[in-house]
Amino acid sequence: MTRLFTAVGAVVVSFFTHVGEVVVLAAETFSSIVMQKIRWRLFMNQIVEIGLRSQLVVVITGAFTGAVFAAQTFFQFNKLGMGSAVGAVVSVSICRELGPVLTALMVTGRVGASMSAEIGTMKVTEQIDALRSLAVHPIDYLVVPRALAMMVSMPLLVAECIGVGIAAGYFVAIGLLEVNGTYYMANMVRWTQMRDIIMGLSKAFCFAVLIVFISCHKGLTTREGAVGVGKATTEAVVDSSLAVLICNFFLTMALNIIFPAGYQ
Amino acid sequence: MTGSSRQRQSVVRTEPSVPKSAMIAVRDLTKSIGTQEILRGVDLDVLKGETLVIIGRSGGGKSVLLKHLVGLMLPDAGEIWIEGQNIIGLSERKLAEIRRKVGILFQGGALFDSMTVEENIAFPLREAGERDPKVIREQVNEMLDVIELDGQQDKMPVNLSGGMKKRVGLARSIIRRPHCVLYDEPTAGLDPVVSDSINRLIRRLQERYHVTSIVVTHDMKSAFHIADHIAYLHEGRIYFHGTQADLERSTDPLIQDFLLGRSEGIP
Repeated sequence: MTRLFTAVGAVVVSFFTHVGEVVVLAAETFSSIVMQKIRWRLFMNQIVEIGLRSQLVVVITGAFTGAVFAAQTFFQFNKLGMGSAVGAVVSVSICRELGPVLTALMVTGRVGASMSAEIGTMKVTEQIDALRSLAVHPIDYLVVPRALAMMVSMPLLVAECIGVGIAAGYFVAIGLLEVNGTYYMANMVRWTQMRDIIMGLSKAFCFAVLIVFISCHKGLTTREGAVGVGKATTEAVVDSSLAVLICNFFLTMALNIIFPAGYQ
Repeated sequence: MTGSSRQRQSVVRTEPSVPKSAMIAVRDLTKSIGTQEILRGVDLDVLKGETLVIIGRSGGGKSVLLKHLVGLMLPDAGEIWIEGQNIIGLSERKLAEIRRKVGILFQGGALFDSMTVEENIAFPLREAGERDPKVIREQVNEMLDVIELDGQQDKMPVNLSGGMKKRVGLARSIIRRPHCVLYDEPTAGLDPVVSDSINRLIRRLQERYHVTSIVVTHDMKSAFHIADHIAYLHEGRIYFHGTQADLERSTDPLIQDFLLGRSEGIP
């Protein structure tokens, strides 16, 4: 029994230590953003890496999610004679849930893994020690540009995913499933409110913070050579994805108080 | 004595007997990694302008000691004084001030692999706020001349040999003229000719820029070539500290075994 408590205790302590370290990293990063000079060239490089190079992934994710969601909703709603309500359901769902969550998961896989691997490789090849020895703080040089670029790019990527998803849903519903376009649009515009978009973009910002700090923390704490880099990269993707999914529930509950769903 | 004054007295830290001429002074430095005691009370003085070579067996804590000297590792106990300032307990940002005075050459060079040779060497200048491309190019060219790598500025680190990487790493660490340069195994893994060129380079830098140098190595040929003083780190302590002549005269069996490369009696 003692062994069981020890094992469970170790897991709990390790979890809270890990969370604490990520929070400290975030605090130091925000402090650096305010107090230290920002390297705008590195920030722009990261905007290209995170924002520009994620375009294809985000567009494909948004398009096919919107398309399949419109088709499935139509198959169910049409039985009840509510085919023209598909637009409203697709739009609100993509704005509030699917857009932010799926974009975050795709960005985690593409960008979070790359951040963790890049910083982790720098750690195990002493490049981070070299930075420190040259009087350059690794947080200022490595984390701040990535964090800022992520916080700027994610809401834009989510907005793009939402737009593409809604457009794809429209083309599937009107073009393939022959839903009445006028009613489709009218219902969509009536039920989709600005607060739905704000909620989606707010989630995007929160997910950006989660992904960037979890991934950078994994990179900065990498040990044991190539194996360590592989492990850190996998953990960055898994931990970020889980954090996004878990926090999404709490964000939905909290943001629904500020931005309640539905037509009012 | 009142309680409060007693308390105040107990927290006041006095500078230990650090000679004025010392660039770096280490006092009773201890460090354990896991269950292994790496440093067990190192005491060492490095005088301004001298080249001190720290020798010792592989895994004996030489590189660990070197990393402590620039605050890249934190000791369990002890003090490190650099130009009269104790660096233990300083925050990462305050350590940056100290690190501007001390350059370090890492064992593998630790070049930034996403940058060219020129960008690597220019990195400290750009970080210090230098924006004039002409000034940067001039200083980089001067460094390339010093390390005898003219014309290699556009190469990526992946296309450099081990010796070239170390030279570029050295150029990067000295471009801002630190007062002291630390070398971690500068000749490890290099052929004798390249090793000799690195040794000559270290000597040349010392003569040209009058920097204090601390070189960690177990290459005795290199040690004898560049050292003003030699310290032998054994079992986490400085076992011997003296000149090359003192070392060669020593009849201590441990030192003799190390100098002659004898493994008999060593577990």
